[in-house]
Amino acid sequence: MRLRTNGRLVAKNRPVHFTFNGKRLQGYSGDTLASALLANDQLLVGRSFKYHRPRGLVAAGAEEPNALVELGRGDRQEPNARVTQVELFDGLAARSQNHWPSLEFDVGVINAKLSRFLPAGFYYKTFMQPQAFWKHVYEPIIRASAGLGRAPETGDDHTYEHFNVTVDVLVVGGGIAGLAAALAAGRAGARVLLVEQTSGWGGRAVVDRPSIEGISAQDWVNATLAELDAMPNVDVRLRCQGAGVFDHGYALAHERLTDHAPKQGGPRQRLWRIRAGRIVTATGAIERPLSFAYNDVPGVLLAAALRDYVVNFGVAVGERTVIVTNNDDAYRTAIALHDAGLDVPAVIDARTSAKGELPEQVRALGIKVLTNSGIASVDGGKRVTGVQVCAQDGEGTVTETIPCDCVAMSGGWSPVVHLWSHCGGKLVWDEPHAFFRPDADRPPLGADGEGFVIAVGTANGHLFTAEAIADGFSAGRKAAKVAGHTRKPGQAPMGDDVAEDALTPVWIMPAQAPYKLRSKMWLDYQNDVKVSDVQLAAQEGFQSVEHAKRYTTLGMATDQGKLSNINGLAVLSNALGEAIPRVGTTTFRPPYTPLPLAAITGVARDELFQPIRKTPVHAWHDAQGAEFEPVGQWRRPYAYPRGDETAHDAVTREVVNTRENVGLLDASTLGKLIVKGPDAGKFLDMMYTNMMSNLAVGKCRYGLMCSENGFLMDDGVVARMDDDTWLCHTTTGGADRILAHMEDWLQCEWWDWQVYVANVTEQYAQFAVVGPKARQLLQAIGGMALTKDDLPFMQWASGQIGGFDVRVFRISFSGELSYEIAVAAGQGAAFWDMLVKQGEAFGLMPYGTEALHVLRAEKGFIMIGDETDGTVIPQDLNLNWAISKKKDDFLGKRGQLRSHMVDPDRWKLVGLETVDGSVLADGAYAVAEGVNANGQRNTQGRVTSTYYSPTLKKGIAMGLVKHGPTRMGEVIAFTKEGGGFVDARIVDPVFYDKDGEKQNV
Amino acid sequence: MLILHCPHCDRMVDETDLHAGGEAHVKRFGPGSEAEEFENYLFMRENPKGVHFERWRHVYGCGKWFLAARNTATLEVYGTYSAQTTEPPQAIRDAISAKQPGWSWGTFQ
Ligand SMILES: [Zn+2]
Repeated sequence: MRLRTNGRLVAKNRPVHFTFNGKRLQGYSGDTLASALLANDQLLVGRSFKYHRPRGLVAAGAEEPNALVELGRGDRQEPNARVTQVELFDGLAARSQNHWPSLEFDVGVINAKLSRFLPAGFYYKTFMQPQAFWKHVYEPIIRASAGLGRAPETGDDHTYEHFNVTVDVLVVGGGIAGLAAALAAGRAGARVLLVEQTSGWGGRAVVDRPSIEGISAQDWVNATLAELDAMPNVDVRLRCQGAGVFDHGYALAHERLTDHAPKQGGPRQRLWRIRAGRIVTATGAIERPLSFAYNDVPGVLLAAALRDYVVNFGVAVGERTVIVTNNDDAYRTAIALHDAGLDVPAVIDARTSAKGELPEQVRALGIKVLTNSGIASVDGGKRVTGVQVCAQDGEGTVTETIPCDCVAMSGGWSPVVHLWSHCGGKLVWDEPHAFFRPDADRPPLGADGEGFVIAVGTANGHLFTAEAIADGFSAGRKAAKVAGHTRKPGQAPMGDDVAEDALTPVWIMPAQAPYKLRSKMWLDYQNDVKVSDVQLAAQEGFQSVEHAKRYTTLGMATDQGKLSNINGLAVLSNALGEAIPRVGTTTFRPPYTPLPLAAITGVARDELFQPIRKTPVHAWHDAQGAEFEPVGQWRRPYAYPRGDETAHDAVTREVVNTRENVGLLDASTLGKLIVKGPDAGKFLDMMYTNMMSNLAVGKCRYGLMCSENGFLMDDGVVARMDDDTWLCHTTTGGADRILAHMEDWLQCEWWDWQVYVANVTEQYAQFAVVGPKARQLLQAIGGMALTKDDLPFMQWASGQIGGFDVRVFRISFSGELSYEIAVAAGQGAAFWDMLVKQGEAFGLMPYGTEALHVLRAEKGFIMIGDETDGTVIPQDLNLNWAISKKKDDFLGKRGQLRSHMVDPDRWKLVGLETVDGSVLADGAYAVAEGVNANGQRNTQGRVTSTYYSPTLKKGIAMGLVKHGPTRMGEVIAFTKEGGGFVDARIVDPVFYDKDGEKQNV
Repeated sequence: MLILHCPHCDRMVDETDLHAGGEAHVKRFGPGSEAEEFENYLFMRENPKGVHFERWRHVYGCGKWFLAARNTATLEVYGTYSAQTTEPPQAIRDAISAKQPGWSWGTFQ
């Protein structure tokens, strides 16, 4: 309900309309969705995962475990939004999740009746049942009722952007400690980025209102912000969560720019990728729940959250609130509620005495304080109706029943150590405060070996204003100094505190609670993990906190150890009879709260997801309706279908036309590396298996490259350009890889050799003019002499064709008369157009990569990536002729001498022809007699390339077969797609023009 | 995400601009080497928790390889240096000794 008083953040003259599950509701500008729902008495917001128990709001910040809703529709649909972090705007539409058929009536509560079938380790235990039991019994029930929100069904067209920044000091958290840190670092002259996840500055201080520097906390916050705003070296951001800390001062922050103002233009969210000299984590602390029976009934909230709702939003959860605590801080809630005119029938304090200043203030207000007391049980189903009081040190014998509609609990505070821990910062158990805090002696280390994260304020275990603000200021100064900014920042601000008595750790309430009560004490509200579950896990041998977490699901999903962590591991420690620090915590991993995938993606989506490399003729291919295929980052035409041709028809036509007339291939994607220098020949002799130093100027040679293992890694034609220059062609997509390979050897092994390598792949367009009419076409265009005598096979020459400056290579990957012509990339499109136009009279047709494959397979030419897979050596492919015996050394030579490489049983390349003329399946295995040790059929070979040959009008294939070359004519069986076998004969892999006459005319 | 100093560019470089190249100071064995030598060269690598020597290439930058002496457990970087050496320079060894007295790695100490 909305109070008349209070509400520092809401504008009560500016109503805002929104809907929840279709119901029209009203809040105010400045509300969060959480405060607006509470103002409308909408306490029930969801259902728990396992038992589908009713769930209400528990917290007011990022630690809220229950209130996850689905927001918006269409391209604004967002699942799992935490209502405490959603700012209200006009037209906001929210729906609850994880319930069926409705929030009010949920069939999942039946699960609660089945709870004895859903113990700790339920998921693991069911996997041990027969599979059918899982499939027919468990899975349908779980799938129908469990889970978080639905994934959006449509795309999201909003803009998400990334900022990359480098700062001296990143401060995470805009409470007083963070502000003080930014102030000190800013005054010292450091470049500072201060981020705060909520929409307001000041953290708890502006709610609990201590005085700072003799003025109110709010006034101090305002003055500090004004000073920071005026500093050009300081940038401050609200709605920006420090999400993760990574190696060497790298951090991610996630800023929500227009989620709260959908009509505003600009990017919706921004991911900050930050490199910081020092990271100051002023991330505050999270209040711990207390474990008493039925602490999950809606209306049981954290004490400080209740205070937040009253002070910030003028919203009360109930009219009669019982406070239950083990510390003085929760008494502030009693005072705040009393000041707001609400009834507080009692404060139940687990401690044996409560004589601090705050308890005394509460007593003076006429509020009853019950010490050494606890809650035995909460009454109510969908809403608290009362509490049963008992002695804290007993077994839960009820001494009194207090009717109420709200319970405020406080089990003490846990510093938010997530960002400190993300990159390996260690924790220390602080016995007096009963929490883990950062161990300043063991921070995450940066490149310089120094700690690069400094935790400050309550995040560092300093729960009081004076020490928190001084801690922040000194850290800011220290962080700036590391970056060389030594200007004196002045005196640290002075904070003022009310003295508080120590808390008494309480892990179970009451301390001697029997199983009946322990099995109703919730540790993890979202995952339905109870005290008894953790105790059972310990009993079943899960002694490691990491194992117990996974076994029970404690702190899994969106909670990630925010609320349940310390209580859970305290229960585990007690069950194991170990001290808490010996059991330790689970690992805190980034991000702090889930990041939307869209924010991580940023602009790297659609056409910007991965740049596509296009040849100078790409637009022409596209205009011709070419079907493209990706080859590395390139897109190459697969075929050029005409009219209503299928791609297969087009390939057949392109192959036949190239064999009969003339074909044109865009080969621009082939890698081109210039290797130059006095030692270039010597270097290439190491790179290639064959000799390149003795290649005559003007000649071309096919070369193989191997890794040191001996495996074939690339192939291509090498041309000698002049005395100290070679041009090495690589496979498409191989240029960058081979360049890197060459650079590696040149820089790291033979650094005294004088060799330079340059990748000129994109400097040239290169086209293959292929077929019996190729020479006629080029001669008709006119230019340089291209007869057999002018330019013999495997030579190259420079000159002009049709007025274009060209370099012509007489090389062939098709077995036909072939000229590969390189022109400057800028002239590629014009040269191509001319070839197409002039080629018309000769029946010229362009052909794509599939025709290229068929043409090469008909000739028995290998293809890197088809015949090779990283385990194949040149000898397997009968390429011994391309391996120099004269050279003392080349990369792979020693590797190819290893015992397995010279094994006569290696599978070797052969041609394959099915007996029935059909096309073998790609990758099909040749079966052999018998079975192996695993009972699998033995194999004796496999298919590496397989095509329908339009030239031979039947299926042809290449494959690697055991002892293959000595088994010519033998028929062996290959597996077929869909089962069964097909017989194929082992033949010579050269199917067409065995003597190579056609390419050499 | 690591940040390393490229000795060629004399600037700090983000890991996303670098390519990791495995262990540094691996001695090549070629034709004529014994099976064990060749096996060591090809396959056997250090896997220390602590001081380690690595190869890195400033691939989206100057394109040069360099070597880094680094602690795999703490991520501290003792220094980076030219790839054109067969052993870590004395200055690097000293920097390691200052933090990790008595360290050893392979045949180096
Ligand atoms: Zn560089």
